[in-house]
Amino acid sequence: MYPELGQFSLILALLLAILLATVPLVGAISGRDHLQAFARPLASGLFVFVAIAFGLLTQAFVTDDFSVAYVANNSNSLLPWYYKFSAVWGGHEGSLLLWILMLAGWTLAVAVFSRRLPSVMIAQVLAVMGMVTVGFLLFILITSNPFERLLPNVPADGADLNPLLQDFGLIVHPPMLYMGYVGFSVAFAFAIAALINGRLDAAWARWSRPWTTVAWSFLTVGIALGSWWAYYELGWGGWWFWDPVENASLLPWLAGTALVHSLAVTEKRGVFKSWTVLLAIVTFALSLLGTFLVRSGVLTSVHAFASDPTRGAFLLGLLAITIVSSLTLYAFRAPVVHTRTRYGSLSREIFLLLNNVLLVAATLLVLVGTLYPLVLDYLGAGRLSIGEPFYNLTFSPLAIAVGLMLGAGIFSRWKRTDGGWLGRRLLWPAAFSLVLSCAGLLVYGGFTPWAFAGLLAAAWVTVTTLLDLWDKSGSRHGRWHGLKRQSRSYYGMVLGHLGVAMTMAGATVVSNYGVERDVRMSPGDSAEIGNLQVTFSELGQRQGANFVAQYGRFDISRDGRLIATLYPEKRQYHVQRNVMTEAGIDAGLTRDIFVALGERVGDDAWAVRIQYKPLIRWLWLGALFMAGGGALAIADRRYRIKVRSEQPATGDSRSRGQDEGVAEAL
Amino acid sequence: MLMGRILFAVWVLLLPLAASATSEVYPFDTAADQERFRTLISELRCPKCQNQNIADSNAPIAKDMRDEVYRMLRQGATNQQVTDALVGRFGEFVLYKPGFDERTALLWATPLIAVLGGVLVVIGIVIRGRRRDPSESSLSDAERRRAEQLLEDRDDGA
Amino acid sequence: MMRRVLLFIPVVLAVALGIVLFAGIGKDPTHLESALIGKPVPVFELADLQDPDTIHRDDIFVGEVSLLNVWGTWCPACRDEHDDLVWLARDEGVRIVGLNYKDNRDLALEWLDSLGNPYALSLYDPQGRLGFDLGVYGAPETYVIDAEGVVRFRHVGVVTPQVWQQTLQPLVERYGKGG
Repeated sequence: MYPELGQFSLILALLLAILLATVPLVGAISGRDHLQAFARPLASGLFVFVAIAFGLLTQAFVTDDFSVAYVANNSNSLLPWYYKFSAVWGGHEGSLLLWILMLAGWTLAVAVFSRRLPSVMIAQVLAVMGMVTVGFLLFILITSNPFERLLPNVPADGADLNPLLQDFGLIVHPPMLYMGYVGFSVAFAFAIAALINGRLDAAWARWSRPWTTVAWSFLTVGIALGSWWAYYELGWGGWWFWDPVENASLLPWLAGTALVHSLAVTEKRGVFKSWTVLLAIVTFALSLLGTFLVRSGVLTSVHAFASDPTRGAFLLGLLAITIVSSLTLYAFRAPVVHTRTRYGSLSREIFLLLNNVLLVAATLLVLVGTLYPLVLDYLGAGRLSIGEPFYNLTFSPLAIAVGLMLGAGIFSRWKRTDGGWLGRRLLWPAAFSLVLSCAGLLVYGGFTPWAFAGLLAAAWVTVTTLLDLWDKSGSRHGRWHGLKRQSRSYYGMVLGHLGVAMTMAGATVVSNYGVERDVRMSPGDSAEIGNLQVTFSELGQRQGANFVAQYGRFDISRDGRLIATLYPEKRQYHVQRNVMTEAGIDAGLTRDIFVALGERVGDDAWAVRIQYKPLIRWLWLGALFMAGGGALAIADRRYRIKVRSEQPATGDSRSRGQDEGVAEAL
Repeated sequence: MLMGRILFAVWVLLLPLAASATSEVYPFDTAADQERFRTLISELRCPKCQNQNIADSNAPIAKDMRDEVYRMLRQGATNQQVTDALVGRFGEFVLYKPGFDERTALLWATPLIAVLGGVLVVIGIVIRGRRRDPSESSLSDAERRRAEQLLEDRDDGA
Repeated sequence: MMRRVLLFIPVVLAVALGIVLFAGIGKDPTHLESALIGKPVPVFELADLQDPDTIHRDDIFVGEVSLLNVWGTWCPACRDEHDDLVWLARDEGVRIVGLNYKDNRDLALEWLDSLGNPYALSLYDPQGRLGFDLGVYGAPETYVIDAEGVVRFRHVGVVTPQVWQQTLQPLVERYGKGG
């Protein structure tokens, strides 16, 4: 009964979505206010019915209703209760429903928080989001119905959730990631609405900027959580493997980062509009592409869903309609007339544009790297693999260049920066960063060009960001007053850039100075790693809720003093019978010690992988800083106070943009 | 019975040795070779697995490949010889870093083309901006007043 | 006007990408073509499965087109295709050489006794040396080898009557005539 209700409410949601996609749009085109006014209630109704469907699917999981095929395939009565909640999105159908729930949630959020916007704009934005929702609701109802029943042969128990997914990571990672992916649909909808009515102006940039920043922050956290999860769960201690699915999440992040910065220019100075609107479309298109890559089975990955050609074809059709129509709209409607621009070669505009060039180059690199094997295969030119060593050579220089450009750009001014002044300004930070990075090399012992370049970039970003904060906070009423006077969005930027530096430092140090040993150990054996002594003191067995585990007890000591005891495990799950490796990790701000049991190599001897991973936590901490920066930025007052120039904004955007440019320049 | 006792004696003899000598799973004479081995197996893809290198994979084929790399390195093979031998058997698919040839030229050139193209466009924008407005003026008095007013407005709200 | 044309670049690229992605749907991305196509079977020296004293070398493939079937008793999919292999050998008259891969001789002999022996000749490769040289990455695999002992094709997975009719048979006939 309940599952049928779930499906029914999805159908109702589809009907509402169809209305949302059409009625307000008709209202906007014909100028009928009462039709435009339908947008908000329709958005609310859409959310309610998707939420009901989601709740009913959750209920089927919690009550072990194995007559529902999706539940039977992804759960089991022995599964701990908290995983029954997260198992809802442990497979294709349910995670798609989560995707749609997020989409409906973002639509509702736009409806609720954009009351200040002109009703035509709101109607158009919500209608575009409605169109996207229609597509995905059709997709789930036609190809991936999560409520499909196994009647009359109801299985006695479920096939269980994949043991890899029985983890805290599944509870938090997909919701965050999807919030990011789907959140870019708002920026997309604003871009399409602006293209339709030809009002690509600073007001458009201001409205879509906070939405983009929030989505970007969620995606940042989502990716970081995914990396952290893979690190401790997959058992090999890697934090980024350049797997197609990982790349699929990185693509919208890179494009989204470019978009966040280019929106800043368009909002402040009213320039680069065509570029910004293209980035908004491309970022969402890359989110959709990621969804397609994960669910269509065209690429091999450790993280992909079970593939199904029908779903792949349907999803590709959906993508094609969305992306081709929006890009065609872009081609016809984007402005080609250049606004009378005034900026010098060292202006902040140009620095941000160069930052965009590097980020887009990185996006292209990852996109080409991910799809190149597919293209070659299509051309019949053989199969090849593109992985970590390729990206280490190609992506790292781009990342370092982004860091160097960022540090230099921080001091630049809108419109024009004096070259000599900038050079003098950067002299001391440059010297100081050089000293810092050399100190880093000394601490970790050993020079490699990559380590030096990475540390230099990280130090450079930190030093310049902090120096800029120091400069700006100078005030005759004292430092504290000066610090208080800075806007939240400025602090957001500082925090975000410090996060970039942290992630860079973490990635550089852990990849260059991490130590890894694969040793053969029996209980009683000891191994050295760096100045640590790792003793395999005991092998035991324990019973979990739905698995049995063999565990090793490893005592880690330094100079005879015990600093940690780790219990890596080999788990065998009862239902799916596969063996999972659970690593033992001693986490710390400056280093992780990672011990994993490999295969058994003798009667009681095991291959044991011991790793020393300096600064690895900084990778994810940096991501949290970036996301925190995004959150601070949107808490800025200027997004909350009523936009004064709301009416003139649509007619005379350029002058308004320049007002602000002037304000910033002072 | 006797057999058991002999075994026990052998076991006791071996015990202290086993406790102290923890060996690498793939032992080498020099740390440089050990590192070379580690790098090689991390850059080779397991053909059977979803997407894993042979260092991380537990698949039997990955173990065979590790053993082969180990055997060849112990016999003094160069990195090139090792990768050639594995490519000869499993195809180019096993290399995570494809070699540079006419098929992969575009792949390797992508970052260069993208950055150079982008920089050229930016240079174009700068030059055009200069041509259009050669005498870039600083803020006029009116603009300055308006800006100050904007800043004041902000402070008022704080 | 010229600039407007430039704005169409993104949509053109997107369409091109879409075509490639569309072609990729439904293809098995784990499928690998053998690196040995067009090359002779690797040099080997392996004992016969039934008779440990008989040593076979790579010249066993010269003179007649053969299928080389890689199997093991530990491989469930090998069980699935076994009856079809027996049918192929008996009714279609195909010469099938068996490569017993990483297996136990006694178990393998028992398997052939109870299920029937489709192999004209069986190689015993407990360490998987020849399997490794062939680039075997998952049993069962079936190779088409021409009368000069050159590898022409590899099929990964179960051989069914359909695979035989659509893929293997045309190849066997082509190289049978040519050789």
